[in-house]
Amino acid sequence: MIAKSILPLLGRSGIVFLAVLAAVGIGVPLLNLSTSTDSFLHVPDYAVTLGGKYLCYALLALSVDLVWGYCGILSLGHGAFFALGGYAIGMYMMRQIGARGVYGNANLPDFMVFLNWQVLPWYWHGFEYFAFALLMVVLVPGTLAFLFGWLAFRSRVTGVYLSIITQALTYALLLAFFRNDMGFGGNNGLTDFKDILGFSVQAASTRAVLFMLSALALGLCFVIARQIVNSKFGKIIIGIRDAESRVRFLGYRVEHYKLFIFVVSAIMAGVAGALYVPQVGIINPSEFAPSNSIEAVIWTAFGGRGTLWGAALGALVINAIKSYLTGALPNAWLFVLGALAIVVTIYMPKGLAGLFAGWPKVEAKIPAPQAQLDGAE
Amino acid sequence: MTTETLLYLEGISVSFDGFKALNNLSLAVGTHEMRAIIGPNGAGKTTMMDVITGKTKLDVGRVSFRNTELMGMDEVAIANLGIGRKFQKPTVFDSHSVWDNLELAMKANRSPFTSLSWKLSQEQQERIHKTLVRINLEPSAQKLAGALSHGQKQWLEIGMLLMQEPELLLVDEPVAGMTDAETEKTATLLRDIAKTSAVVVVEHDMDFIRALDVRVTVLHEGSVLAEGSLDSIQNDQRVIDVYLGR
Repeated sequence: MIAKSILPLLGRSGIVFLAVLAAVGIGVPLLNLSTSTDSFLHVPDYAVTLGGKYLCYALLALSVDLVWGYCGILSLGHGAFFALGGYAIGMYMMRQIGARGVYGNANLPDFMVFLNWQVLPWYWHGFEYFAFALLMVVLVPGTLAFLFGWLAFRSRVTGVYLSIITQALTYALLLAFFRNDMGFGGNNGLTDFKDILGFSVQAASTRAVLFMLSALALGLCFVIARQIVNSKFGKIIIGIRDAESRVRFLGYRVEHYKLFIFVVSAIMAGVAGALYVPQVGIINPSEFAPSNSIEAVIWTAFGGRGTLWGAALGALVINAIKSYLTGALPNAWLFVLGALAIVVTIYMPKGLAGLFAGWPKVEAKIPAPQAQLDGAE
Repeated sequence: MTTETLLYLEGISVSFDGFKALNNLSLAVGTHEMRAIIGPNGAGKTTMMDVITGKTKLDVGRVSFRNTELMGMDEVAIANLGIGRKFQKPTVFDSHSVWDNLELAMKANRSPFTSLSWKLSQEQQERIHKTLVRINLEPSAQKLAGALSHGQKQWLEIGMLLMQEPELLLVDEPVAGMTDAETEKTATLLRDIAKTSAVVVVEHDMDFIRALDVRVTVLHEGSVLAEGSLDSIQNDQRVIDVYLGR
């Protein structure tokens, strides 16, 4: 019954995307854990971690697509929400280290001992609980997005000006988190994690579960996002993207709509960051770097705006290329990224998703109102 | 005019960097009245609409609608009060179907949370259907609005205003870019609308104004130059000098 109401909502492309995601999400961990290392089917441990990282990037790209592709808000600061989600879970994992740190201090993380701090700062309290950390993963990016969005959208900051201040936002956070007095490990950030919920972060089984959870989060957020963009709300934000003043003169509070979608998107980015950090084993201020946010925008553009799955695909493909090139031709990567950005802008305005647009009726799954009328009568 | 006043502009002035776009302009429009506004370029016609709809703040004067002071209200509040506006350049949602355009415009709770769980009732579907028929776009209901001709977009935008059920429609150049046949249909449509709501039309097309057969206000340099029937306006020497004669 649920399937019946959800299937038409996803469209054919959405179903294919979710099916592939489910197959990968279950198949990769399974092939990693249940096959012997010399088997032809074996997926090596490093590939699981790498793949899990890509899935987090894909979720970040999806969150960018939600605000940019549908509502026309070009955020060049989404990396900030991603990093904040990562810091929240990183703080939990720091507290889990306990007395196993280099200095053996059960009450303070190593970097605080190193700075000669005597007591734990107030904002670190609560992070010893996993549930609290999870709450913060949602609450911190969500609240920041709410405050930022409330100020920006109410003052009708749009277009390139908005992009610039989102960039300033993430840059300001970068500088702030670099400072040792902030209490987030400064330059080095948070690292040397031991375990999460009692499971070693190094263990292959933990990595496999994190991979599965990343796939699950991406799938869930995809369904939620589709639900939103297919509703009347979604049509209104597309209206805002295409003709903002028309929406306003129809009597809709444009700033409320933008704020809602911006906050939802920021929370998704935060969740992506929270899944990312346990897999890569470190979170430091460089995650706030403006270039990270810009890369996320390039993934989205490359994959195709306004399809959601296209953005996720873009993140996966570009990062696969990045991983390959940084190994094979380390100096070429940035040139390739720049070239990709240019090629996509000029020749592929609809991105990778646009290449599939020739397939019969991929996105044109709008139920005909005439049919609705007939059905209702 | 025996009908009661719906919209009242009293001595309004607006200036942009010293240029007086509106200069002590006063105007009253009655309930269920249709009024045509004409005047040369730069006379302040569009600025006047901007002031009424809250887009532009005025320097002096007051605007009231149904005895409610509009000063200090923004576009959204004024739109929800019952004033609909059609822009000079037809502005519809190009990437939505004609049907969706009308659905989005339909009078309903405008909050984001309502929109998330929105479902059309049968009665609402019928209303959209009726409007589609009224604006001659029934066969194009499923077409994307971006695929419509210029004239059809104008109609769609008027249809969107109708879905808002406003008491006052401000219609800026509705027949620009229309064929003669389309212009005629538009005049019929607007006359029909004026039976239930007040309409203020800004136009340059004199044949169209004649077809509307309503009281005409001539604006010039930000204030009212003349007001009356089209015949009396066309014989007014001042109007001929600044506008019609040129």
